[in-house]
Amino acid sequence: MAVKAEATPRVTSLAPRRSASLWADAWRRLLRNKAAMLGGVIIILTFGLAIFADNTVIALFTGEPVQPLLAPASYETQARSEHDAVPSWMTRLFPTMKPQGTEGGYVKINDQYILGADYLGRDLLSRIIFGTRVSLAVAIVGPLVALLLGVSVGLLAGYAGGRVDNILMRFVDVMYGFPDLLFIILLMALFRSTTSAAQEGTLRALLTGIDNAMGGMFFIFIGIGVTAWMSMSRLTRGQILSVKEKEFIEAARAIGVRDRRIILKHIFPNIVGPIVVAQTLYIPQYISTEAFLSFIGLGVQRPTPSWGSMIADGAAAIRTYPHEAIFPALALAIIMFAFNFLGDGLRDALDPRLKGTS
Amino acid sequence: MGRYIVRRLLWLFVVIFFVSVITFVIGRALPGGPFSREKKLPPAVLKALEQKYNLDRPALLQYVDYMGDVFIPKIIVGEPSESLMEDHLINIPVAGYTFQWMNFGPSYKSQSRTVNDVFRENLPVSFQLGSYAFLVATAIGLPLGVVAALKQNSIVDYLAMAVAIFGVSVPVIVLGPLLIWLLALGTGLFAPTGWGSLRQEVLPSIALGMSSSAIIARLTRASLLQVIREDYIRTARAKGLQERVVVIRHALRNSLIPVVTVMGPIFAYLVTGTFVTETVFGIPGMGRYFVTSITNRDYPVIMGTILLLAVVIVIANLIVDLLYAWLDPRIRYS
Repeated sequence: MAVKAEATPRVTSLAPRRSASLWADAWRRLLRNKAAMLGGVIIILTFGLAIFADNTVIALFTGEPVQPLLAPASYETQARSEHDAVPSWMTRLFPTMKPQGTEGGYVKINDQYILGADYLGRDLLSRIIFGTRVSLAVAIVGPLVALLLGVSVGLLAGYAGGRVDNILMRFVDVMYGFPDLLFIILLMALFRSTTSAAQEGTLRALLTGIDNAMGGMFFIFIGIGVTAWMSMSRLTRGQILSVKEKEFIEAARAIGVRDRRIILKHIFPNIVGPIVVAQTLYIPQYISTEAFLSFIGLGVQRPTPSWGSMIADGAAAIRTYPHEAIFPALALAIIMFAFNFLGDGLRDALDPRLKGTS
Repeated sequence: MGRYIVRRLLWLFVVIFFVSVITFVIGRALPGGPFSREKKLPPAVLKALEQKYNLDRPALLQYVDYMGDVFIPKIIVGEPSESLMEDHLINIPVAGYTFQWMNFGPSYKSQSRTVNDVFRENLPVSFQLGSYAFLVATAIGLPLGVVAALKQNSIVDYLAMAVAIFGVSVPVIVLGPLLIWLLALGTGLFAPTGWGSLRQEVLPSIALGMSSSAIIARLTRASLLQVIREDYIRTARAKGLQERVVVIRHALRNSLIPVVTVMGPIFAYLVTGTFVTETVFGIPGMGRYFVTSITNRDYPVIMGTILLLAVVIVIANLIVDLLYAWLDPRIRYS
């Protein structure tokens, strides 16, 4: 948050020092929060898993063929004969499972699969590890889109005021009335249905091509982005309205600082805290939205693994092969906990009302 | 107040207009007509079918027709007809006439059924599930929040808030399979799938209601903590009222007002949450049918469901806002 002092030394030199110490304070408080730190560590580890699941990154530079690095196998590798196989320790965890050879047994025992295999004989652990990519991509892109769209609309509405504000906010109101999840479902139904029907050379074909290359994540980003920006624009607008009337803004305007500069250098640093906190707290929601979409079959495309679609596959056979739903579900729960802990910690650290209490 | 309600109702129409336009446009943009089959129908048959379902007319007229069928109430003489094109969700017979409302048209996938047939068969189950989940959410959330606030910073408080964090972090698609595994398959006390008996209904209701209970618990705690520090609570204590009376009559009643505001979003969440819950637990409700109709590309069902739910949710939000004003006389909408 370094802000250079130029035309108005008195005003600008005050603002940055205060905001710098605010952030340093917040950081110190965050470091002391054990739950938030645990969440942060889990998130960093998961990022490691996502990046180094295979050596895609290495292959980009060296041109070596892509092979599993952290994951035991590729997420596509099927062994038809090994479908629903489980390691021997798992029959103790799930007593309802009966190994083949026992009376009425149906489960193949194969200790090569640490967490068992799914209904196509794909290694479950590998698919869970590759599944981190989808969830974390959503955790990054969701807030990015929400920030880009939401903050710019909010900035515009809040700063311009008057008719611009009115039109933009009425639009947001209408979109707000439309339940988020239903809107995303409808959009995804549209996106997904066009996959096969797209004509060569059209925009639709281009977008579908991008989507296919990303395993179906592109349309999920759009779907989440389209619904995520609205609450962000409301929050930004509200923050701006409260900051706009402060004396230091008036002072800046009085000495002839241009609008663009006032917004970027004076208003923005003062509203960035609540916006960051809000977005961190929204991340679990984005992750669960993606999982939900993949669960009902509108999310990522097969064979790209998403925890949501894995749970859906597993739920279909939960009586006989509970592990196929339980383990992806646990993975999803862990990452949701981690982001919730971190978000809560961040809010406590940045909430000015808690300042000086400890 | 009256003017506020009128304005909100007008606003309701604006929202429904946009929702319906978006739904309709996307519905029409979806490729593959309702009668495209693996085996192509003869052109003459196709033409006759399109004529029958009014699909040969311009899109704008189709929209007006559709909206008219859904939203404009009709009064006919005598009994409602059996025709697939004239199947209304709401039929109220009054002295030889029948008042009809909400005709969502025929389903394209199963030609002998209408969207309303699907609604009639599946909505009651979803409604039950949603209501039970709401009961669970309140029955767990409220006491948890109250206890946590009254014993602030005690073990009870921390436990209650841990439950709350658990609730918001664990979505239905996670909690569902876990509950089935632990409580249905593990103990055999509950049935893992189906609907209709108590054994089957407990787990889905908990799975769906849990995250809402967490939201209610957090909000109740925060709100009660704030109210309990108010002057009038000190006054009530000072004049020697029993602690129980102070908490229940004075503090709790006022602290519940902000909790009402989240009822709107919670309602919307429960409505869409049934989609997942019903799929996980194999419950024959609207949510599961909706998911199937996405796979089947049964667009009239998709559009009808979304339109109906959107209207219900928008109205629910309006009711919550009015309830809020009624509960807290300090709030005056104008």
